[in-house]
Amino acid sequence: MTAIPQPREYVNFYDAKKGLMSWLVTHDHKRIALMYFYAISGFFIVAFCLGLLMRLELIAPGRQLMDPQIYNQVFTLHGVIMIFLFIIPGIPAVFGNFSLPPLIGAPDVAFPKLNLISWYLYVIGGLLALSTLMFGDGPADTGWTFYAPYSVKTGTNVSIAVLAAFILGFSSILTGLNFLVTMHRMRAPGMTWFKMPLFPWALYATSWIQVLATPVVGITLLMIIAERTLGIGLFDPALGGDPVLYQHLFWIYSHPAVYIMVLPGMGLVSEMIPVFVKKSIFGYKVIVYSSLAIAFIGYFVWGHHMYTSGMSGEARIIFSVLTFLVSIPSAIKVFNWVSTLYKGSIDVKPPLLYSLAFIFQFTIGGLTGLVVGALAADIHVHDTYFVVGHFHYVMFGGTGFAFLGAIHFWYPKIWGTMYNIKWANIGFAILFVGFNLVYFPMLVLGMMGMPRRYYDYLPEFTLPNQISTWGSWIMALGLLIVIVNLINGRKGPRASTNPWKSVTLDWTHTDSPPSLYNFDEIPTVTRGPYDYRDYENYIKDKP
Amino acid sequence: MSSDDALHDQMIHFDSYGKKLGMWLFLFTEVLLFGGLFIVYAAYRFMNPEAFHAGSQELDLTIGAINTVFLLTSSLTVALSITALQKGDTKKSIDLIMITILFALAFMFNKYYEWTMKYEHGLFPGMDHYNELSAGEAQFFNLYFLMTGLHAVHVIVGAIILLFVAWGIKKGTITQDRYIYLENGGLYWHLVDVIWIYLFPLFYLII
Repeated sequence: MTAIPQPREYVNFYDAKKGLMSWLVTHDHKRIALMYFYAISGFFIVAFCLGLLMRLELIAPGRQLMDPQIYNQVFTLHGVIMIFLFIIPGIPAVFGNFSLPPLIGAPDVAFPKLNLISWYLYVIGGLLALSTLMFGDGPADTGWTFYAPYSVKTGTNVSIAVLAAFILGFSSILTGLNFLVTMHRMRAPGMTWFKMPLFPWALYATSWIQVLATPVVGITLLMIIAERTLGIGLFDPALGGDPVLYQHLFWIYSHPAVYIMVLPGMGLVSEMIPVFVKKSIFGYKVIVYSSLAIAFIGYFVWGHHMYTSGMSGEARIIFSVLTFLVSIPSAIKVFNWVSTLYKGSIDVKPPLLYSLAFIFQFTIGGLTGLVVGALAADIHVHDTYFVVGHFHYVMFGGTGFAFLGAIHFWYPKIWGTMYNIKWANIGFAILFVGFNLVYFPMLVLGMMGMPRRYYDYLPEFTLPNQISTWGSWIMALGLLIVIVNLINGRKGPRASTNPWKSVTLDWTHTDSPPSLYNFDEIPTVTRGPYDYRDYENYIKDKP
Repeated sequence: MSSDDALHDQMIHFDSYGKKLGMWLFLFTEVLLFGGLFIVYAAYRFMNPEAFHAGSQELDLTIGAINTVFLLTSSLTVALSITALQKGDTKKSIDLIMITILFALAFMFNKYYEWTMKYEHGLFPGMDHYNELSAGEAQFFNLYFLMTGLHAVHVIVGAIILLFVAWGIKKGTITQDRYIYLENGGLYWHLVDVIWIYLFPLFYLII
């Protein structure tokens, strides 16, 4: 890579333009990323609190603080916000936007205006989803899956919630489209496909899913709206519709969407681990191919959500086999991360801690996924707390922790200051313990036979439920410490341009915070993305 | 030119190929959007073959055929307008876009006429005749209205896009050397055409 030329006068992207309008009409991917970050964090905290309320209701059998109808609405809103507003857009919209262009040596994304439009669509969709609280019979009570025929019969604000999901899907499509073109057209000279870092690769696989799967759920949700407003019977069996067809159409998107949620998190872990072990990632190409394989196979496994919906035996067996296939590339990644750690010079910093927690929790989530993916076992644990525990281990324990790790990783780059590492570690430890206390008992409860989505339970389920609720308070405390520490970090010491000594372009060739177009001059790439040979001489860490 | 713009132009280059790539990706999403409806159509046709046969008898084949000719011809005119612009004939290019939009209007007029006839026969969701239909036949008309309705929305959007493109050519922002926006508008218009090519036989011809 060429040496950094004599820089133009350095102005960071915050100072390049000032005022509220400089944010609201910005085309800068970094500002859009930050606007996403604040919006997404806000929605996450709302849905997190809804989750705490649900745990509180479940602290003992019987009615504690809400009746069943309210409970149904709370878990639906929790699911809708967490899925459509936090975990699907989260990592791509925030860290993809902020770091994808610098990682591949680009000054911005391919379609900056479209990027801004995506943000506005996101905000409109989010506000619509929240608006269901305000009027009529309140938020939808269908669960986030909006299963027909109940979703076409209930009097709650399903149409608005569904419209919100449609708009959010559109936002997601545009982000994916934008990233695909960015990666195809704007990689720096010398950055061949196989010199591209792994987080962009994960986003590449994710973006294809966003573009190819989201429209299917879009049209399905429009059909729900048409059915509700026109009174026609597309999915209502009383009017000749087929509710199982709805489930097929819904999961044709929503299973690939599971990989929209987790692939970027895997990419972040692949990005962070080499930095903190100062070693090339083990099996770079295999990680790339496994991301693409997950994206590809992920299209063909949707039926495993419907083992108990009345599909033919042959179809269920085929879906079960395909589900086992998709676990192979996921397992390959786990082996690669662990092998990367082996004989590395491990520097335990908060981003690495979150990555290690990701590996641990994702493995539990993945292995329990095999239990529910196996046809025979699923018949027993379907719609129990086992499933709830399983997907929270993958989504929160995986993607959520990767999200938090990525904030700690890029914090000095985004804000130019450093947070308190000791408190970050303490916050992480409490969060980690709390998380496992909340969700591990759910796996046990599921095995004991406790069904999901009820506000009440039999007395014999009391103890694990209480542990889970106490855990939720510990988890909330951990999250609070993490958030306060991050906010305080803004007043922390000035960070250098490359405090973690990473060799990817976003650290080596940009300032902290970066200038408006990231680089003074587009760099030419000659090294691999994780080439840590002689890195001390290669990296020029500026204060 | 301010220093901001100079910096922008130094760092970011106009990329026609990238814009075309983006358009193609967007067209994929459109195909999949309709794809969901085609799946529903296939499933319900399989479940109610006779009812779908009876339903398609109610549609006016002549109007459908005329509309097909309209859209196919409009795809030709939009393609010709791109060639005209590439050769530097902006006036002819704009004229051809206008002819395309006229075809779109004619298509919409026929559509309006067709739907009005259905309305007068009470064949609209919630109306008398509609409520008497068998479940399968109602499904046929549900899908007929949904799919041709969604397609009609795309015709309108496509026409508006082409109107903006014509305006851009007139203003000089879309030129002989930088005609990608016209090309993308044309691609979108072809998509509108292609979807109709599937809708027409599914509803009017397969009887």
